[in-house]
Amino acid sequence: MAELRGDIAAPLRRWSYASVSDKIADLVLTRPAHWPWLAGFAVTFAGSALFFGAIAYLFVKGVGIFGINIPVAWGFAIANFVWWIGIGHAGTFISAILLLLRQKWRTSINRFAEAMTLFAAGIAGLFPILHLGRPWFFYWLAPYPNVMELWPQWRSALVWDIFAISTYLIVSLLFWYAGLIPDLATLRDRATSRAKRVAYGLFALGWRGEARHWARHESLYLLLAGLATPLVVSVHSVVSLDFAICIVPGYHSTVFPPYFVAGALFSGFAMVLTLAIPMRHFFRLEDFITLRHLENSAKVLLACGWLVAYGYFIETFTAYYSGDPYEIAMVQDRLAGFYAPFYWFLLLCNVLAPQVFWWRRARRSVWLLFAMSIVVNLGMWTERAVIVIQSMHHDFMPSAWGNFIPTAWDWTLLLGSIAFFAFLFLLFLRFLPAISISEMRELVHEEKHA
Amino acid sequence: MKLSRRDFLKLSAASAALASAGCSAPREPIVPYAMQPEMTLPGVPRFYASAASFVGAAEGVLVESNTGRPTKVEGNAAHPGSLGATSVHGQASVLQLWDPERSQAPRRMRQPAAREQFESELNEALVRLEARRGAGLRVLTPTVVSPTLQSQLVELAARLPEARVHRWDPLNRDATHEGARLAFGRALEPIYRLEDSRAVLSLDCRFMEDEPGRLNYIRQYARSRSPKPQSMGRLYVLESAPSLAGAMADHCYAMPLAEIERWLLAFANAPAADRTMRAIADDLKKNRGLILAGEGLSPWAHALVYRLNHELGAPVALIDPIDPYPQPHAQSISDLAQAMHAGEVELLVIVEGNPGYDAPADLDFAAGLARVPLSVHLSLYDDETSARCTWHLPATHYLEHWSDARAFDGTAAIVQPLIAPLYGGVSPHEIVSLLLRRPQSGYESVRGRWKAIDWEAALRKGVVENTAFPPVKAALRTVALPTPKEPAAWSVRLVPDSSVLDGRFANNAWLQELPRPDTKITWGNAALISADSARQLEVESGDVLEINTHGATIHVPACVVPGHPEKSVTIALGYGRARAGRVGNGAGCDAYPLRLSDSLWSADATSIHKTGSRQALATTQNHARMEGRGHAKHIALADLIGQARAFEDETPEHSLYPAWPYDSYRWAMSINLNTCVGCNACTIACQAENNIPTVGKDEVIAGREMHWIRVDRYFEDRRTLFMPVPCMHCENAPCEYVCPVGAPVHDSEGLNLQVYNRCVGTRFCSQNCPYKVRRFNFLQYSKDDEPLKAQKNPEVTVRMRGVMEKCTYCLQRITRARIEADKENRRMRDGEVVTACQAACPAGAIVFGDLADEQSQVALAKRSPLKYDLLAELNTRPRTSYEGRVVNPNPELDNG
Repeated sequence: MAELRGDIAAPLRRWSYASVSDKIADLVLTRPAHWPWLAGFAVTFAGSALFFGAIAYLFVKGVGIFGINIPVAWGFAIANFVWWIGIGHAGTFISAILLLLRQKWRTSINRFAEAMTLFAAGIAGLFPILHLGRPWFFYWLAPYPNVMELWPQWRSALVWDIFAISTYLIVSLLFWYAGLIPDLATLRDRATSRAKRVAYGLFALGWRGEARHWARHESLYLLLAGLATPLVVSVHSVVSLDFAICIVPGYHSTVFPPYFVAGALFSGFAMVLTLAIPMRHFFRLEDFITLRHLENSAKVLLACGWLVAYGYFIETFTAYYSGDPYEIAMVQDRLAGFYAPFYWFLLLCNVLAPQVFWWRRARRSVWLLFAMSIVVNLGMWTERAVIVIQSMHHDFMPSAWGNFIPTAWDWTLLLGSIAFFAFLFLLFLRFLPAISISEMRELVHEEKHA
Repeated sequence: MKLSRRDFLKLSAASAALASAGCSAPREPIVPYAMQPEMTLPGVPRFYASAASFVGAAEGVLVESNTGRPTKVEGNAAHPGSLGATSVHGQASVLQLWDPERSQAPRRMRQPAAREQFESELNEALVRLEARRGAGLRVLTPTVVSPTLQSQLVELAARLPEARVHRWDPLNRDATHEGARLAFGRALEPIYRLEDSRAVLSLDCRFMEDEPGRLNYIRQYARSRSPKPQSMGRLYVLESAPSLAGAMADHCYAMPLAEIERWLLAFANAPAADRTMRAIADDLKKNRGLILAGEGLSPWAHALVYRLNHELGAPVALIDPIDPYPQPHAQSISDLAQAMHAGEVELLVIVEGNPGYDAPADLDFAAGLARVPLSVHLSLYDDETSARCTWHLPATHYLEHWSDARAFDGTAAIVQPLIAPLYGGVSPHEIVSLLLRRPQSGYESVRGRWKAIDWEAALRKGVVENTAFPPVKAALRTVALPTPKEPAAWSVRLVPDSSVLDGRFANNAWLQELPRPDTKITWGNAALISADSARQLEVESGDVLEINTHGATIHVPACVVPGHPEKSVTIALGYGRARAGRVGNGAGCDAYPLRLSDSLWSADATSIHKTGSRQALATTQNHARMEGRGHAKHIALADLIGQARAFEDETPEHSLYPAWPYDSYRWAMSINLNTCVGCNACTIACQAENNIPTVGKDEVIAGREMHWIRVDRYFEDRRTLFMPVPCMHCENAPCEYVCPVGAPVHDSEGLNLQVYNRCVGTRFCSQNCPYKVRRFNFLQYSKDDEPLKAQKNPEVTVRMRGVMEKCTYCLQRITRARIEADKENRRMRDGEVVTACQAACPAGAIVFGDLADEQSQVALAKRSPLKYDLLAELNTRPRTSYEGRVVNPNPELDNG
């Protein structure tokens, strides 16, 4: 087992079993809502209302309210989908892979990262439906028995997507829930009102903290971690196949699966920082989510930045190396065409900007980290949008070339989805322990007796 | 409200009584539908021959009727003005019939009024006028192609000798006929035999779009392009505005009208002085040359061309004009306007046409109209002219009335109605018979004119036999040639619009949305300008120009067109209408204010400059260069000789996918780029056949037009290349394997089909289609409007929003032929299935059929040395293939 480093362990020594439980459980049970939370709640609630209003309008009018056309028949909906799925990566990566690798420092960030994963993947799952011309038939993509014996068309990557995403969502949910059970029991035991006792009690599934419970919980948790680990890689690989199986230059590329996974981790860790920094600040969790945690995330960002940079490089290189005139034209268009400013912007955000993390001071500057997390998220969204849109707008037949210009509805759904995500996260902070109480107790115990 | 049991029963009884009253039968005895009327089987369309006139001569049509509804227009192979093909206007005319904004009632001073009131008012006026032998009565018509109407008007002139009949057709033949008057002393119409000449020089003659014989000429042109050294023709074009002929020319020279006239003078006088002229003159001499003169040229230029053709022994016949009106139209309407302003006109009857909108600007026709005490306008729409007349009468559409019409060569055809007038309209024959005070139905008038013929045979065949005008022998006179005037600094060339013509089709959504061949602009017009001139004015496409001429100013967005003459802009007429209807109002800019009676086709601009504002042009193709990709291939005739294959086959040898097993038909299409002139008839025919919706200007700007077959236009090597692109029906179709629900399917005969009711609209297929021929219903484009929905083809599903669609190779037509073949227990024969695009094509450029039959036309085309597949290197193995274009430049000239 990897030992905790001093700068993570030291603050923990100030804490005991009881004080950890008090601190985290009180955030949910007793701490009154302060104005920052209330303000955030109001704003994100309004944003969510707008999001669902826009969806209603979309269902009434059709996807023509977006800027899509022929040739660019996929627009923001698909870019948003890929982006949210990417964000949904970091949670499971942190929880499952770092758990298997016995990275104890993950303990204080895994819970909210998993919540983030769930919310992001859930929102991501909405977008392919919002993207459909006839969304009310979305279930036709799933294999279900019907009298006409019609099945999905298995060669389509979209069908693989359905499986990849739904599996990922289910496993992520189970993993998150399994981890929550001991904490739910803690909340049940500490709840002051009957309603809360019943609610938490129902979901705690009769947890009494017996040794047998703990033993089973441990093995279940490890098993789920084992299940979730390959999914971290598979889900975005499959999403990338939506593009890679196409024959269109800019989509058709073998580098896509690893490149998309790296991009997903990149944006996921950026989102972890975006959420963790305000959370530790407002809820005074600096002892649990330490600078060291933030610094580790920064290192991951730096590494992922280089991975995606490699992806950008190899895409360009392969185009010229192939000698294929269409591939070369696509790259030239990417570098100097209509959408070139966006491409250079994403290079700036995803490749150039993270290089500040070579400096320790930068990695430990909370405000810079927060700013950088936003920059990377912006850059990653732009990357998805450029791949989805720019590749299509200049493909094989110059006669069919055209530009996609986003409409107000494109932006509303993107910003609305962000608002809805934040809304869900704010609710999570108030109703569930944002940091795993039981695992923190374990850590505190270990540190006390180290 | 509280309801007692008693009240409830009372109310129920009352409502039951009301309901039964509503369902009662009429008083007269009615008969239940027990026996189906003969030949109105639902699902079995019937075809009726008729004739439609758009550019001053008839084009023979066969109109498809489904249970009494005219739904589609096809060409009549027996008719010389059609040869089986249709123009875009012919195709769109059926939509005009069902246009909900056609005028539906007579109006007096813009208020609905009764027809009886009109007749009594008219009769009152006529009684007064008859006493003065008709003095004060004027009739105004466009070109009269109906022999019956001609004789009715002659009769009117005989009855009321002081009355006058005027002509004004914005697309008149004044210059051609005046030129003949100069050359021969009488108005004559030239009939060209393009296929008998191997060297044609067109002097701004828009013979593929505006000449009365356009469909015939395109067919002849196509025949003359057979790529054999002994027989292939050569086309030289001097053009002042982009034209189809210019795009097809082996040598095209762009210059303003005045320059063309100067060129012609020099060419006639001393062709040896200039290398180009010498080469062309030699070619014309050696190869039975033929010179065509366009309507934009002055009468003396026409006269000169008549002489040159005579000297060359050119294959051109001269016939009497099919509308033997003794005056130029411009003169005739000037006389009328003068009389109106002088208050000499008491009763003006305008029989069709829209002079309130399209009369020459210097005549101030509208103000003159206001001085006429009783003016009557018969027209399909309650338009600009109707609004200024005392009376407006709804006219019948040509599919609603009896008439007759002459083709460009004089051949007569009977216009027979397919449906009773939808709104009780009046036909031109009927209104003239009212003026004759001998009210007669159109049928009686027409029948009376054609007593001596086999009536039924004429109806059945669509032409009246042996009515073509015989060639006229006319002696040439010497013509005094003027010294041509110095060209103005900037000139404006006015041309009829390829879609709306003079504006009469402005309310036709199919035509509005049909990309104009040269610019791909829809829903409007623009000032076409060359790249150099645009640079000089510092404008780009979409910048609004202010154009000033003597007395008029208009604002119109610029559109940069490569190969346009310098120091000149071209503006199409027919736009900027105020009372066209919801579809046409406000589309484009009105260029008629620049049009003067002494200069119908061009205007000298006193200044042209940029205004600073911009107007988006709704173009369907935003990139005109091919970027070296060789999609539309062409080869010089000299390079083709001796080649087994003109273009390298880039299809990869192997495919990862196993070949499909076929044991039956294998449908395929071949498109001949060598004969395709880019006229768009295929696009609009497909729209009519397949219930393709229009989307409107904003949606076109957004890139969402729905045409299943588009005509790509590239500017490459100083040439304009056209390329119709329908679905390729790939063997290895990229669309098929990406759809999650399997909506695109490969059928057992190789068709790549889209199952609309399975489609959920992921648009993955379109993303993966390298040809981008799939079309998506982004919004609910198909409307269920009355009576427009009556036009819909009952054999084709109307698609809802959220569904992908595309070319099906006219699956419904294959099915119809299959049913016929199955009844006789045989295979379908070659030529039995004709797709809508193929049927409409005037050039015969599209061939469709069964590849399994090695002798089929399409199999033959696929063995042509010119055959190539589009994007063959992608290994999609398309069923649609192309025959490349062959150009035949004169080796003496370097401009190719």
